[in-house]
Amino acid sequence: MSLTFLSISILVLGAYSFLFGRRRVRRLSAQIDIKQHSLDGYHGAFVMACVVLPAFSFAVLWSGFAPLIINDWLREFIAAGSSALTNAEVNVLVSKAKALQAGFINERFVGPNTVEAADYFSGLLEMSSYLRAIGTLALALVGFYFSQKLIAPRFAARQRVENIAIWVMIGASAVAILTTIGIIFSLIFETYMFFQQVPVLDFLFGLHWSPQIAIREDQAANPGEFGMIPLFAGTLLITFIAMLVAVPVGLMAAVYLSEYATHRLRNFAKPTIEVLAGIPTVVYGFFAALVVAPLLRNSGADVGLVLSSESALAAGIVMGTMLIPFISSLSDDVINAVPQSLRDGASALGATKSETIKQVVLPAALPGIVSAVLLAISRAIGETMIVVMAAGIAANLTANPFESVTTVTVQIVVLLIGDQEFDSAKTLAAFALGLVLFFLTLILNVVALRIVNKYREQYD
Amino acid sequence: MTETNRPKIRAQHVEVHYGDARALHGIDLDIHAHEVTSLIGPSGCGKSTFLRCINRMNDVIDGCRVNGAMFIDNEDIYGDHMDVVELRARVGMVFQKPNPFPKSIYDNVAYGPRIHGLAQNKDALDNMVETSLKRAGLWQEVRDRLHESGSSLSGGQQQRLCIARAIAVNPDVVLMDEPCSALDPIATAVIEELIEEIRSEYTIVIVTHSMQQAARVSQKTAYFHLGNIVEVGDTDQIFTKPGNKQTEAYITGRIG
Repeated sequence: MSLTFLSISILVLGAYSFLFGRRRVRRLSAQIDIKQHSLDGYHGAFVMACVVLPAFSFAVLWSGFAPLIINDWLREFIAAGSSALTNAEVNVLVSKAKALQAGFINERFVGPNTVEAADYFSGLLEMSSYLRAIGTLALALVGFYFSQKLIAPRFAARQRVENIAIWVMIGASAVAILTTIGIIFSLIFETYMFFQQVPVLDFLFGLHWSPQIAIREDQAANPGEFGMIPLFAGTLLITFIAMLVAVPVGLMAAVYLSEYATHRLRNFAKPTIEVLAGIPTVVYGFFAALVVAPLLRNSGADVGLVLSSESALAAGIVMGTMLIPFISSLSDDVINAVPQSLRDGASALGATKSETIKQVVLPAALPGIVSAVLLAISRAIGETMIVVMAAGIAANLTANPFESVTTVTVQIVVLLIGDQEFDSAKTLAAFALGLVLFFLTLILNVVALRIVNKYREQYD
Repeated sequence: MTETNRPKIRAQHVEVHYGDARALHGIDLDIHAHEVTSLIGPSGCGKSTFLRCINRMNDVIDGCRVNGAMFIDNEDIYGDHMDVVELRARVGMVFQKPNPFPKSIYDNVAYGPRIHGLAQNKDALDNMVETSLKRAGLWQEVRDRLHESGSSLSGGQQQRLCIARAIAVNPDVVLMDEPCSALDPIATAVIEELIEEIRSEYTIVIVTHSMQQAARVSQKTAYFHLGNIVEVGDTDQIFTKPGNKQTEAYITGRIG
């Protein structure tokens, strides 16, 4: 039974049990003259929750874990079938058996062992699907039987439903938290594997980055160097240029919008600026590569500067443009949150509008503005598409914005494009870079939050 | 009219519109120097609006129009040559809710002198801050923590800080818009004493909802109702034998 059909069945069962629970409590209440504890709908919802939630969780968990177990069994089956197979050969046979089962390849092109494995695999899949359907429906029926027995006029269905709702919420947040933890652990694990092959200090403090190592013995390539300093220097250079663009422009736009603009203009201008934030970064990327970079190179040539066609400057400027709405929108919100009484106080002392803004409004809004800037920085550090297209992939260690540089994110992309071996240093380096990047943005975010909380003035 | 009798502030048929709504229907009022004038009346009667006309704080409100004339020292503050910044240096204001800037106590008081360039050097500025805080009766309490944030003070202290801030620019006129409405009775008593002490040096106009406060601190009282002045006169007389039925009803608590 397919998962779709199974889900629909559970939902139909759930709808029926809602109606059933509601009708049942009405009938029971009609027979005796006591005040019913909860509204009819709560009784229905209680029965429905008892039918749907366990059955659905079971189906999801089974669908998640069964393929892993089946895969293991298939490997064992193949490995047992013919001795003296290497790990890689087993992997190939597993893929072939699966492809055969799915009908992607023809029986004529594989050996008899593989056909046998495919049959075995197909049998396992069928059984798994069968067991899943039985288990799910059985759980639904058990839930139905026991919950409908509880229905009575004085049964506290409202409390039960509230409690179930709490657990559903907890489950939802647990999914998010567990996912994060899972990602971090996988990053840490793969990074550990990487450091088995490349010394930690070489990675953290090395000045050269050339990861194009051989992934097969017969390939000719250099031994590979994994020093991350050039990448981080490139990231910081581009982030710095982006902030030089985004912070002044975004901040002044925010001040204009919140302090000077008329109501009508503000209602028009703010959404318009925020449209900038909705443009996909890949569009910014080719805009940077096809428009801004040539423009800079040509105007650089006019004044005698030599710019490479892919430069940190082009990427930084376009990234800064992308971040303008980010900074202006957040800053506008915090500036608006500064109470009018402070502005009145300053102007009653004879301060002009710009004095009031500079000396009273902006200092009061500063924590919010600082955190907006820090959040923008962490976006800039994590940004990939623009730099892939506009800044290049050559790992130059330079502070010259006219040269081509590369960033951590770009190198992660480069590392994972093309042929990969999961246990090669080249692939694992991506995880190490990812982990360092994760810590960098995590620290920035934590600092931003701390600043906001520490310096927030309490206005009531 | 002799020199001493000439009013410090003279309102001539002051009308205020917020959009289409008329908040003040032509107010005529003389306010004299070195005494406290209190403006009383039920909520929405226009007394705060009138107060904000005296330092043109209504200018910043969208859609607000002021007609008529307001003279301070015989100069129309709504005239063409009036500089609002200069006007507000002469007419200080204390608001209903204490609104210290998110700066240190010292910087709060020094703010006005700084933007108007009143102090020639650091010593002079220190001096002004100390004098203003002393006049506001706050010096003893804050002399050792001048560089702590102004918002670390209690509500009553914050309001006295705002008074110190207002008088630091050495204004002629101090406007107070319900300065004690957010304070407890003890802090209120301190502020009332303060008003009594400084009134000889300033012209003070105070809006209040407390009849007792008006009676305690002011020499003149004006009763506003629905955008008009119903009665104005010596505070003693208004509170003992009001000439108008409405005034009597309000101050004895029957309406308002």
